Amino acid sequence: MKSFARLFLSLDETNKTNEKVKVLKDYFNSVPDTDKMHMLALFAGRKPKRQINSTLVRNWAIEASNIPAWLFEESYHVVGDLAETMALLMPKHFGNSSKTLTEWIAEINALGDKTEEEKKLWLMESWAMLDTSERFVFNKLLTGSFRVGVSQSLVIKALSEISGINAAALTHRIMGSWMPETYSYSQLMQDQNVADDLSRPYPFFLAYPIQETSEKQRSAEDMRILLGDEAEWQAEWKWDGIRAQMIKRGGEIFIWSRGEDLATDKFPELHPFLNALPDGTVIDGELLSFKNGLPMPFNLLQTRIGRKNLNKKILEESPVAVIAYDCLEYEGEDIRYKTQAERRLILEQLHAETPYPALFNISSLIPFSTWDELATIRERSRAMIAEGIMLKRKSAAYQVGRKRGDWWKWKIDPLSVDAVMIYAQKGHGRRADLYTDYTFAVWDGDKLVPFAKAYSGLTDAEINKVDYFIKRNTLEKFGPVRTVKPQLVFEIGFEGINKSTRHKSGIALRFPRILRWRQDKPKEEADTLENLKALLGDE
Amino acid sequence: MAKKPLLEFTDKGIYCAPGNFYIDPWQPVDDAVITHAHADHAYPGNKRYLAHQLSKEVLLYRLGEIQLQTAAYGEKVMKNGVQISLHPAGHVIGSAQVRVEYQGEVWVVSGDYKVEYDGVSTPFEAVRCHHFISECTFGMPVYQWKPQAAVFNDINNWWRHNLDHGLATVLVGYSLGKAQRILQNLDLDNGKVYTHGVIENTNEALRRNGIQLNPTERITPESAKEEVRKGIIIAPPSSVGTPWMRKFQPYSFGYCSGWMAIRGAKRRRAADRGFVLSDHADWDGLISAIDATGCECVYLTHGYTATFSRYLNEIGFNAREVHTLYGDDEAASPQPSPKEREEEAELPHLALSKEYDLGEHEVKALSFGEGWGEATKDEANAGGPDL
Repeated sequence: MKSFARLFLSLDETNKTNEKVKVLKDYFNSVPDTDKMHMLALFAGRKPKRQINSTLVRNWAIEASNIPAWLFEESYHVVGDLAETMALLMPKHFGNSSKTLTEWIAEINALGDKTEEEKKLWLMESWAMLDTSERFVFNKLLTGSFRVGVSQSLVIKALSEISGINAAALTHRIMGSWMPETYSYSQLMQDQNVADDLSRPYPFFLAYPIQETSEKQRSAEDMRILLGDEAEWQAEWKWDGIRAQMIKRGGEIFIWSRGEDLATDKFPELHPFLNALPDGTVIDGELLSFKNGLPMPFNLLQTRIGRKNLNKKILEESPVAVIAYDCLEYEGEDIRYKTQAERRLILEQLHAETPYPALFNISSLIPFSTWDELATIRERSRAMIAEGIMLKRKSAAYQVGRKRGDWWKWKIDPLSVDAVMIYAQKGHGRRADLYTDYTFAVWDGDKLVPFAKAYSGLTDAEINKVDYFIKRNTLEKFGPVRTVKPQLVFEIGFEGINKSTRHKSGIALRFPRILRWRQDKPKEEADTLENLKALLGDE
Repeated sequence: MAKKPLLEFTDKGIYCAPGNFYIDPWQPVDDAVITHAHADHAYPGNKRYLAHQLSKEVLLYRLGEIQLQTAAYGEKVMKNGVQISLHPAGHVIGSAQVRVEYQGEVWVVSGDYKVEYDGVSTPFEAVRCHHFISECTFGMPVYQWKPQAAVFNDINNWWRHNLDHGLATVLVGYSLGKAQRILQNLDLDNGKVYTHGVIENTNEALRRNGIQLNPTERITPESAKEEVRKGIIIAPPSSVGTPWMRKFQPYSFGYCSGWMAIRGAKRRRAADRGFVLSDHADWDGLISAIDATGCECVYLTHGYTATFSRYLNEIGFNAREVHTLYGDDEAASPQPSPKEREEEAELPHLALSKEYDLGEHEVKALSFGEGWGEATKDEANAGGPDL
């Protein structure tokens, strides 16, 4: 654990990519192979299973820190990270521990069937033998929230430099449902074939935005300069659903979402179509709710994502179907190296053969001959229930991760309204102890009705100014939430708007964020609920 | 209850009615007793000043020609029958707690203080009193400092590491306080110490005051860059990210501040290294200092006043929050990043106080973002509390 804590400290101590990679390599070179695999699992976003419920951990940490619970909560709001708060508040350690990361994780996992008293005793003893930096990473393991400031691709880069295996192959080998307890470092280092893990998905290829923000509009001329000849590109709608990979191998089927969650059971209505695919097939596509053969807005799908159990009503109300984008494996062969155009032909062939055409749709190509024409077509995106347009180079292979060059997304501009900030809450991580999470309201007569929360969109300098304002213009405090004097106006952007019975305003927004601070606008000139509802359309 | 308290909190500062003087006033008054020379405590415009003798030259440098009387620690100064004396606060060189005694009643104003000896400032001494007016910049239990020897061990190792890797070393800290503390605790076997002009001006003022400081060399346009890169550069926060600093690239830049104790705050600063080094008392330091005064009542002027006073009351002290212009309720958060600072530099001074209707009890003369700290004319936009 000492090496693992040191790894964290060292990563925090540099802002330079090359140094971070060096730190990661030093770590890999100094720890046992089992630790390497556990670290890899954690950095690849595999949460360790929570063996002690977090309320208990919190309560015992308060007890160990010997401070009142309210002071612990206040401290948490200052630090903005639970694991770090607990690490900082506990008294100095007096023991010492030389256990490895693997040993600690094994002990944590063995807690599952222990009694509450046994868990508490183990935890108190463990805390007492760890220093502050070790406690911090230990608490992270315990609370199962392991977001680190290092991307998976950096970890892969370090591993690739050590092993000489190329990064794309390594990225692929750590996809899917492996466990650090059973997947060994030597296995990871070996060439692998599909049969080793039938469920293993391929890394997703992700598009780069062609215009970073709605303020930087791309003209047809820009597109010509950036992308060249129209004939080299295929255009499709950018569908707004759940990106997924569907696998049929050895008679088994698997559905993976982009977050690398195995979601096969969440979409039972897709099973017949997947079972009907030939063995050795992998399809990349989007899952959407459909009605009368037409895709529906995302919020319908959203209502069923969170459900543990799918009942008949949900399945009837928002049946899901696939819009397929690509074929990654065909007849058991990894065909990602083939060109977009070649893969498209194979996908069309699979589509032609399916007995389930209503479930297995194919993302249709948008015919266009000039960038001007495509720009005009893009304006229709919202009516198509699409987020914009995707551009894919016909000669390109299917790559790994978010890469510039061959796949671009050209999203439509967000909808927007001007709204007044009325509540604020402190942020987390690098925004700890700063008010960065705001609730916005629009006018309903002479009342301000909250309709959206947003966390992002301001620069650090703006955040400092808004934070300064909030601390001096607080009307009331409710726990961590402050009611703020309504005065500051912001332009709020969002991707979509729908009716909602759960919200006071009667509407729900998709991806609300701050587009800019309207320092030029007095609060009286903010938008009204009526303005917002007008955006709902005729639905 | 008819009797007025010896010290009152007014909109000009802490006022002693029987003695007719103020302590660290922020509006011009006739007689001002100054705890220390940082800009949020020593404002210009007062008719007469009383301060510790070791802050004389710095005050004259910062405030120009002022009418200044100085006193040694423990020396008694009488004003209208009120006895005033200064006692070491351990915050920076020449920093003092102000003890005020009248008709058997004793009040102490801490100014800013720390309880650990830093090797340069006269060490903090607890002063018994009935009423103690204390800062609490770091009045949260998550702030617990390591002994400074451990921090300087890290700093010296980092410097050596940079030397081995061909990097210049830039260490950022405030020009009065942190800069001298760093200077006196560095391992000078590693190399020479170079200073930004703003810091060297303060060093020179202190040397005029008879303070023995380690040798330093002022960086000028004529300085040989390669030589400077072999030493260590001490620079003020306002220089971070400026062309002045960029000319020493490649470098590693370290930031010394109590705020570095929190990972999020450290990441926000985007310093290569954050060293947890503060000139303020940590949680335990505050409580032990307050306890040692034996006071009946403690008044908390700046920092996490709400949280800290609630806790003190729970453990048996009689604590109250008061609003002053020192530090600032919670706003004394970390330094803005270089980019923010550049943007701030473009804002007219006091822009915000004009634009916004600040709360009644709040600051009228505060430049945006924080503004406590040492806004001398060279670094008026450096912002930030002195830490």
